[in-house]
Amino acid sequence: MQLVFVGGGGAAAATTASMSTLSREDNAAMSSEDSSSPDEAELELGLGLSLGGGFKNQQVAVKNQYARILTAKDLPSGVSASSSFSSTSSSSSTLSRANATAGTKRSADSVSAAPNGASSQVVGWPPIRAYRMNSMVNQAKSVATEEYSSIIGKNESKTAVLEKTNNGSNINNSKVRTSLFVKVNMDGIAIGRKVDLNAHGCYETLAQTLEDMFLRPTPTINSIRSSAPQHNLMVEATRCPQLLDGSSDFVLTYEDKDGDWMLVGDVPWGMFLSSVKRLRIMRRSEANGLAPSLQERNGRQRNKPI
Amino acid sequence: MLRMASSFPEEVLEHVFSFIYDDKDRNAISMVCKSWYEIERWCRRRIFVGNCYAVSPPMVIRRFPEVRSVELKGKPHFADFNLVPEGWGGYVYPWIAAMATAYPWLEEIRLKRMVVTDEALELIAKSFKNFKVLVLSSCEGFSTDGLAAIAANCRNLKELDLRESEVDDLSGHWLSHFPDSYTSLVSLNISCLGSEVSFSALERLVGRCPNLRTLRLNRAVPLDRLANILCRAPQLVELGTGTYSAELQPDVFSSLAGAFSGCKELRSLSGFWDAVPGYLPAIYPICPSLTSLNLSYATIQSTDLTKLVSQCQSLQRLWVLDYIEDIGLEALAAFCKDLRELRVFPSEPFAQEPNVSLTEQGLVSVSEGCPKLHSVLYFCRQMTNDALATIARNRPNMTRFRLCIIEPRAPDYITLQPLDDGFGAIVEHCKDLQRLSMAGLLTDRVFEHIGNHAKKLEMLSVAFAGDSDLGLHHVLSGCENLRKLEIRDCPFGDKALLVNAAKLETMRSLWMSSCSVSFGACKLLGQKIPRLNVEVMDERGPPGSRPESCPVEKLYIYRTVAGPRFDMPGFVWTMDEDSALRLS
Repeated sequence: MQLVFVGGGGAAAATTASMSTLSREDNAAMSSEDSSSPDEAELELGLGLSLGGGFKNQQVAVKNQYARILTAKDLPSGVSASSSFSSTSSSSSTLSRANATAGTKRSADSVSAAPNGASSQVVGWPPIRAYRMNSMVNQAKSVATEEYSSIIGKNESKTAVLEKTNNGSNINNSKVRTSLFVKVNMDGIAIGRKVDLNAHGCYETLAQTLEDMFLRPTPTINSIRSSAPQHNLMVEATRCPQLLDGSSDFVLTYEDKDGDWMLVGDVPWGMFLSSVKRLRIMRRSEANGLAPSLQERNGRQRNKPI
Repeated sequence: MLRMASSFPEEVLEHVFSFIYDDKDRNAISMVCKSWYEIERWCRRRIFVGNCYAVSPPMVIRRFPEVRSVELKGKPHFADFNLVPEGWGGYVYPWIAAMATAYPWLEEIRLKRMVVTDEALELIAKSFKNFKVLVLSSCEGFSTDGLAAIAANCRNLKELDLRESEVDDLSGHWLSHFPDSYTSLVSLNISCLGSEVSFSALERLVGRCPNLRTLRLNRAVPLDRLANILCRAPQLVELGTGTYSAELQPDVFSSLAGAFSGCKELRSLSGFWDAVPGYLPAIYPICPSLTSLNLSYATIQSTDLTKLVSQCQSLQRLWVLDYIEDIGLEALAAFCKDLRELRVFPSEPFAQEPNVSLTEQGLVSVSEGCPKLHSVLYFCRQMTNDALATIARNRPNMTRFRLCIIEPRAPDYITLQPLDDGFGAIVEHCKDLQRLSMAGLLTDRVFEHIGNHAKKLEMLSVAFAGDSDLGLHHVLSGCENLRKLEIRDCPFGDKALLVNAAKLETMRSLWMSSCSVSFGACKLLGQKIPRLNVEVMDERGPPGSRPESCPVEKLYIYRTVAGPRFDMPGFVWTMDEDSALRLS
């Protein structure tokens, strides 16, 4: 079966006009790659591009195995995709129930490494609308804040055990990890991000994730090859985040339910979760005068919504 | 033929055309001859733009000068799952600004996944004197201040529907901006709002609008106020409750039950946040006439759910959490013979182990018992090829089939085989299948089945599937009616895309994220096919700063007659002739 550039399935007559702008060299280039591995029975797309033999390896690797969920961040720039497929499909599986999630890379925004080996989160999976996720969170939130406020320190379990106490209903106790996405903006950066607060159990890991998102320079080829753990977004804090300890030019602030901007880190984590609306990484110079503590806040006049 | 066409006076043709509503038919009419094109464009009243970047506002206005109703869609579908970064685009303001002068008699605006600002809402409120319908589906960027402007100024407003939008909820006061003289409300959906609206303002509004047929309240409306609201609107056809939870009190229960009984026209129910089983019997009297029931926020268990659905013999649509379990779905199959659409959502999508007994068997039961079932969205944790084949044989009338197995790449849990044959059976038997989302372990073979059989398929969603470019090639070359293709985390690269480039102009859009499409291929596509916008999204920085063979993070390709857009954020690049030169 010959693969020809012009005439993909269903192409209307109108498109042939644009097809004629293609050079014959393009046509030749495409079809010669195909005929390099002519297998009539099974159309093998011999790959002239740099995505080489790794595909064949991958075919074997994928079957009957929970292969890694690769996202673009896992593919080091400058290294061809195929070699990363063959190397990573045999590396520790993100979803394998046997393996802990130590050391595996995943994309930035929605991260969780539950120590009990539960499947780690990938952005946008399972495919449930953010609206629905947040509704589920709000149901659980009021219970969760009581749970979380008793959690202190870095090494706590990141999954919440919820006991729902609906009148007369009997929901099983189980580990729940719903999402709570809030927007994060940083002064001087046009692009905002979203971070899942429920992927963290404490301020340290949240700050660390935000630092990775906003304050780290874009990794270069060399830095990715040489320091794989840099992408290790394990929730264990390995260093004191600059955003919290005051050593950075920026401070982490949040807008609460009442519309006030507060410094992050002063109230218990659970209380923070229940009142945070969005985050802002603010220049230290602009952050003077932000209410740092609960007592001060209670003392101030506030306009209540009508 | 020509003589026949010109022998009818324009008014006659226009009158005939006025009976044609469907967009496709209208488009066909306009292609018959030049004079029909002219007549049709002056009398088209409704336009639908499936991708707001496929055409520009001036182009639309130039061709259709007398439009009364506009529907626009913005972001790609995967934006629902946080895969499209903030600031990507989909701004409605340029459209509103253009239409404010061109369509002073505009009546209806329906938007989906667009960024709507308070400015835009204020402009709507003051520009269109006869404005009647505003539907904002999964939109964002506006606050309750914008809603206040709409409420205060749109004297003829009939429909305000904010379904699942993200609203900056400053206060509930906006509702009080509807003047006392305003009585034309027919449909109000504020279920996505967090803050409390004034209950007395709400009750007065409901009480003075005799044509109100749809009312979807938000969670902040407590259960004990529901009866009062219902008593003022016994003509309601569709109701969304607020929180459906309160301490069990006989007087609250009896007034609620009485209020529900009084709503003889009620056919659709939703809401039920935090539902308490004790209050469910209040709706029993109206269950037999319900056609649509959305319990997907109700955390009630299988026994109560089973009891409830067993009484809804007229049910056509059910949205529910997986608390219903297989046993509840069996009851559904037994009692609800008119069921057309079923959606089962996961109660605990991140839990490692199943928390409920909902398996493939539940779906099989419903497929057996409900002959009219044609639309399914089903989240579960296990599936088999046999079950899928059974469902396919039972329901050849299936038109929308979306399956999600929580664990990506999960095989048939009994045979440990990929689910290729199961989905193959679906596309083989269900010849009218329009929409398909697949799940589980899938090889290139499933795509071969799809390419061979899914001839009516218009939208396909693929995640963590396939082995090679062959998979993508099968779909692009075989699915003649494919309009929307969205792919994430699949090993599809340049080859299939380039070979089937012409196909892309026949589709609305293609989304590929975390695949293996190289920057070089994107450039090539963008250069060679002028009527495609090939947008590369990469938060690592300009794609030109990496080798051409490097895969891009996200790729969104859509056909357009408007050329590249200029409202892109810093992490989106359009591949066209100019940019390709600039970047290389």
